[in-house]
Amino acid sequence: MKAIYGLYSNPDSAQRAVNELRRQGVPDGSITVITSQPYEEYEFSRRYKQTWIFWIAAGGGALGLTGGLTLAYLTETLWPIVTGGMPIVAWWPNIIIMFELTMLGSILATVVSLMVTTELPTMRSHVYDAEVSQGKIMVAVEEPVDEDVAKLERTFRTSGIQEIKRVV
Amino acid sequence: MDLKTEQKINDDLLRPLRHPSGWFYLLVAVLGTSLLMGVGSWLYQMSNGLVVAGLRWPVFWAVYITNFVFWIGISHAGKLISAILLLVNATWRRPVTRCAEVITVFALMIGALFPIIHLGRPWLFFWLIPYPSERQIWPNLRSPLAWDFFAISTYLTGSTLFLLLPIIPDCALMRDQMTGWRRRIYGVLALGWQGTTKQWHRLEAAMQVMAIAIVPVAVSVHTIVSFDFSMSPVPMWHSTVFGPYFVAGAIFSGIAALIVAMAVLRKALHLEEYLHPVHFQNLGKLLLLMSLLWGYFTFAERLTTWYGNAPAEMAVFWETQTGSYAPLFWTMVFCNFVIPFPILAIKRLRTITGCVIASSTIVAGMWLERFLIVVPSLARKNLPYTWSYYRPQPVEIMITIATFAAMVLLYTLFSKAVPIISIWELKVGGHAQPLLTAEEEEEQRALWRVRP
Repeated sequence: MKAIYGLYSNPDSAQRAVNELRRQGVPDGSITVITSQPYEEYEFSRRYKQTWIFWIAAGGGALGLTGGLTLAYLTETLWPIVTGGMPIVAWWPNIIIMFELTMLGSILATVVSLMVTTELPTMRSHVYDAEVSQGKIMVAVEEPVDEDVAKLERTFRTSGIQEIKRVV
Repeated sequence: MDLKTEQKINDDLLRPLRHPSGWFYLLVAVLGTSLLMGVGSWLYQMSNGLVVAGLRWPVFWAVYITNFVFWIGISHAGKLISAILLLVNATWRRPVTRCAEVITVFALMIGALFPIIHLGRPWLFFWLIPYPSERQIWPNLRSPLAWDFFAISTYLTGSTLFLLLPIIPDCALMRDQMTGWRRRIYGVLALGWQGTTKQWHRLEAAMQVMAIAIVPVAVSVHTIVSFDFSMSPVPMWHSTVFGPYFVAGAIFSGIAALIVAMAVLRKALHLEEYLHPVHFQNLGKLLLLMSLLWGYFTFAERLTTWYGNAPAEMAVFWETQTGSYAPLFWTMVFCNFVIPFPILAIKRLRTITGCVIASSTIVAGMWLERFLIVVPSLARKNLPYTWSYYRPQPVEIMITIATFAAMVLLYTLFSKAVPIISIWELKVGGHAQPLLTAEEEEEQRALWRVRP
């Protein structure tokens, strides 16, 4: 079985389900919570709070800065023309090129790291239910061991759910 | 928020996408026709040369460059409002942000088109891009025109991504709520978005980083556009105040455009439940602040020039104060300050209608301001024997009208393809305060601590 899941109509019962699953010994990595909006006020949404994205953006910025510096320097030295009495390598105007490419590098690195860490775009079929878009919250256990399925169903039911679905 | 409310929000904001009315098709036809007439005018200009435009010595920069500066300015409100309000966690921003961000992207695209329209041989626009051409000449990176390329490219890339990222979850929602061909298209656009807690966290973190990055880029873009003028020793261009003056003017005109767009959307798409009077009130206050700032910059610039009394500068100064450009100058002052100031300052007048009236005059006034920066300085440049007059020609007027039509057309089509209010962000607005970790709670306490 690929997954077993329950749909909850409010985040409080979803949180209870997650707590109950943890008490039953289901590891955090196997519990997936899917929502139509971020619920920062609930504990279940905090698992991935830590992120390197700020540092990755800074790295992208550093890369952009290096690119800008190299581009400006090489361009000016490869075609050395004096314009407006400025030196061949004119740092004041070059700061503008370097600044813009720094920010561009930072923005692109952010987007690429977002795409990589969230595995987007993807063609693989993940556990999902269209009812999530109507506001329901899905709590799923992925790749459950067959012997545990009955126990998981009981756990879902005790946290106040009517319907349990399985993905084979 | 219960499931019924969530479904109501979905239905209300997806309704405009599901049932385009007859008015929509009529509007698209009218705007499309205007756009085609603009394209026709441009083709006419290409085949006959720039002589058909009013550009002749010494006024080689006129309406096209005015439009370039104007549209780049309009693009500023979107990103600045959206990014700054996100960073300061202003909750009222949620229904406004996407309306604003769309203006940024389309206004930038239109603005970036004008240097190309202005080129005598527009098919050689790629010479602006820094690469060694077959002539073995690299573009001159010490020229403000090359800086424009970098600044606008960065801003357009950043703004487009900043607009598109939060659309992905809404595409996933539309994938689930729509049927037929729409379902398939939105399925592709959703990129396989599920809505896991990890995806939400990463998306919100990315939005934060991009908001931080986009604000200085936005400021840099209009500063660099101002450098196109202030780097030249031309009377009333060569000014150190031009950078902040342009940025303030850009935010000013951008907020005005946003208010007009929001009012139209509110009425046309029946978004009264989501775009409340308080949004107009708050943006109106911001507009009032910018009107005062604009007045301050204009006064500072004019006073400095008048006090310096340099002959070349004074020729341009008097031409705009009492000469042939005076009617435009005083109309600009009325549109940007005299009319909007009382409307926005008096609380009873700062209604939706009041804000729209003030914003409409500001949009017109800011176009005049751009025109008055570009043209009189060239028409009255240094040597009196070169002095001339400039009158816009039908080709220029038609192309200008077409770009306004293009803006409205793109905005209309976008609002029929994507919810103009971010659905998931709106729903988050109804949540309680985020749960804090012990570390974050300590940080919060430290911020409110009174030190002895």
